[in-house]
Amino acid sequence: MTELLVIGLNHKTASIDVRERLAFPEGGIERALSRVKSFPSLKENMILSTCNRVEIYAAARETEKAIHDLKEFFSQYHKISSKEFEKSLYTHVGEEAVRHIFRVASSLDSMVVGEPQILGQIKSAYNMAVESKTSGLILHRLLHRAFHVAKRVRTETKVGNSAVSVSFVAVELAKKIFGTLEKRTVLLIGAGEMSELAARHLVSGGIEKVLLTNRTYERAVELAQEFRGESIPFEEMNQGLKKVDIVISATDSTHYLIEHDQVAKVMKDRKQKPIFFIDIADPRDIEPKVGDIENVYLYNIDDLQKVANENIQDREKEARKAETIVQGEVVKFVNWYHSLEVTPTIIALREKFEAIRNRELGKILSLYPTLTEKEKQSLEAMTSAIINKILHGPLTLLKQTDEEAMSDLYLDALRTLFQVSEKTLGESDTEKEKED
Amino acid sequence: MVESLAMNIHFFKFASFLYLFGTLAYLSYIIFLKDTLSKIAVAVVSIGFAFHTLALLTRYVEAGYTPVTNLYESLSFFAWMIIGILLIASLKYKVKVLGSFLTPIALILMLFALALPKEIFPLAPVLKSFWHPFHVIFAFLGNAIFTFTFCCGVMYLIQEHQLKSKRIGAITKRLPPLNLLDDLSYQSLKFGFPLLTLGIITGAVWAEYAWGRYWNWDPKETWSLITWLLYAALLHQRLTVGWRGRKAAIMAIVGFLAVLFTFLGVNLILPGLHAYSNW
Repeated sequence: MTELLVIGLNHKTASIDVRERLAFPEGGIERALSRVKSFPSLKENMILSTCNRVEIYAAARETEKAIHDLKEFFSQYHKISSKEFEKSLYTHVGEEAVRHIFRVASSLDSMVVGEPQILGQIKSAYNMAVESKTSGLILHRLLHRAFHVAKRVRTETKVGNSAVSVSFVAVELAKKIFGTLEKRTVLLIGAGEMSELAARHLVSGGIEKVLLTNRTYERAVELAQEFRGESIPFEEMNQGLKKVDIVISATDSTHYLIEHDQVAKVMKDRKQKPIFFIDIADPRDIEPKVGDIENVYLYNIDDLQKVANENIQDREKEARKAETIVQGEVVKFVNWYHSLEVTPTIIALREKFEAIRNRELGKILSLYPTLTEKEKQSLEAMTSAIINKILHGPLTLLKQTDEEAMSDLYLDALRTLFQVSEKTLGESDTEKEKED
Repeated sequence: MVESLAMNIHFFKFASFLYLFGTLAYLSYIIFLKDTLSKIAVAVVSIGFAFHTLALLTRYVEAGYTPVTNLYESLSFFAWMIIGILLIASLKYKVKVLGSFLTPIALILMLFALALPKEIFPLAPVLKSFWHPFHVIFAFLGNAIFTFTFCCGVMYLIQEHQLKSKRIGAITKRLPPLNLLDDLSYQSLKFGFPLLTLGIITGAVWAEYAWGRYWNWDPKETWSLITWLLYAALLHQRLTVGWRGRKAAIMAIVGFLAVLFTFLGVNLILPGLHAYSNW
């Protein structure tokens, strides 16, 4: 019996260094797939390689051997000693492997939980496996179920709906004030990691123009080049305040740089056009009273962090809902997987045929109540013989097929054609357990 | 006559019924934020609007005059315009939650109308005028647009309060951005104000025909002048001082209260020339 397994590493288990060294460049995946396929210990495989994770999914003939082979493969392919990455590797087998890919596809295992890119990355990994013909019945089914689970998680929960980083919250707030960020201008006061990050988020959110000012003018010019923005002298900050829509302040000044009366005056010049202040500095750069002025919105770093934290809580609640969905789907998949075993399918098929036979026989017997006991027995014998003869060929073939891939295919086809569902198989399993 | 009278009432009732479902769909949309719900809402309200239009047309044919002569007809017409504006706005802007605010108002007007006598009476002589239908249509189109402005104002105040008090959550997410609300409010004011002005002018012309004087200072005229002044002030402040946001939103709400009082309050409380029938 083949077994599903996944072996790999991700942002939680490995440093970016190790991840980079084990990553498969997009152009090389095809070659890697066929290399893996050549191992006799496994029959299907798919490689998922993103900047946060490198994983090989496989249907293995011999689980232990396959795990060993894949570790060797990592080491040889990337010319890196297995000692360097072995500790970062995780291996999931069977049900755990199913749960793993369902969680990855639903973005529950992502660095930013709920981010949508991972699903697209899995889809292209799957397409590459299909094109290279390294995926078969099991991975097909597994991946299609994974896409289905991801869709359910996206539509039935709100995982991935909320902004959980401070910069992202700032962008969302700006959008709630200004609608779109197109044609908006941001003024950066002071240079620092946080303010640059926030500015970068705003720019990718569509901000058109970045103005910069800094006590040391040279640094402002430098930054301005990076953002393709415009630097203004520190003394002309008020002029800047009149023009811009968003202000991010992050200086290490010990007193307020921007005060209530100053902004009140600026607002008149702005004809009350709304302005959004983001105060990232500690101690604060902007007098808190500024936020009381009409059409002025002032958020400091703690305010933003609070919103982000609330969003994180919401998302954790939603993530728990998502885990429940995943669990249900894992059970369904595992049931289907077990149905690929030969014996239960044969039993189920026989039971089904037998049920049909009894039903039809019953009809005939009640139509002709005058039949003698002997005639009835002949009918019984004849119908039994028909079923046995029909089933004989296919069942013998099934039992004798050594090629597992073929047997999987036959079983799946049999079950689909005769509608022997996974559920009935599951039920007969539990009945057997009771008998035991 | 009786049969056709029944027709327009049937259409009206069916339209009300659909508006009820549309309102429920819009309210569920604002709670659950499922796009399907908003699509259902737009579809149901559109069909309701079609039947409402049929109701107005059949009534026009049957009565032989533009059916805007009593409170039932006016309420129906008012609601029809509100829904019409909502449907036009839904085509132009992607502000689905507008429906969650506008449809309940239209529905209340419809339910109010349903409770009133709906018979078609011969037209009072004073209403037999070329100018009268224009007067009413302009006035109500203006009113309906101001209802839209009012909703934008309410949404603005809620959204602004959330953003100022830093309570960012379910409500912030559901309401449109501030600048869009302010923009819609301003745009609608620019349409509504000229219509209200036209409504008052045509009314004065009609008054000259009917009573021999352009202006009689009856309560309705006085209150519509007050309403007009309020909106004129708002428009003026917006254009010159750059009033916007909060102040403009509050003023739009005050203006709408004046609209409501001019339309309903005067009829119910202050008797005057405009009271042609008990209803």
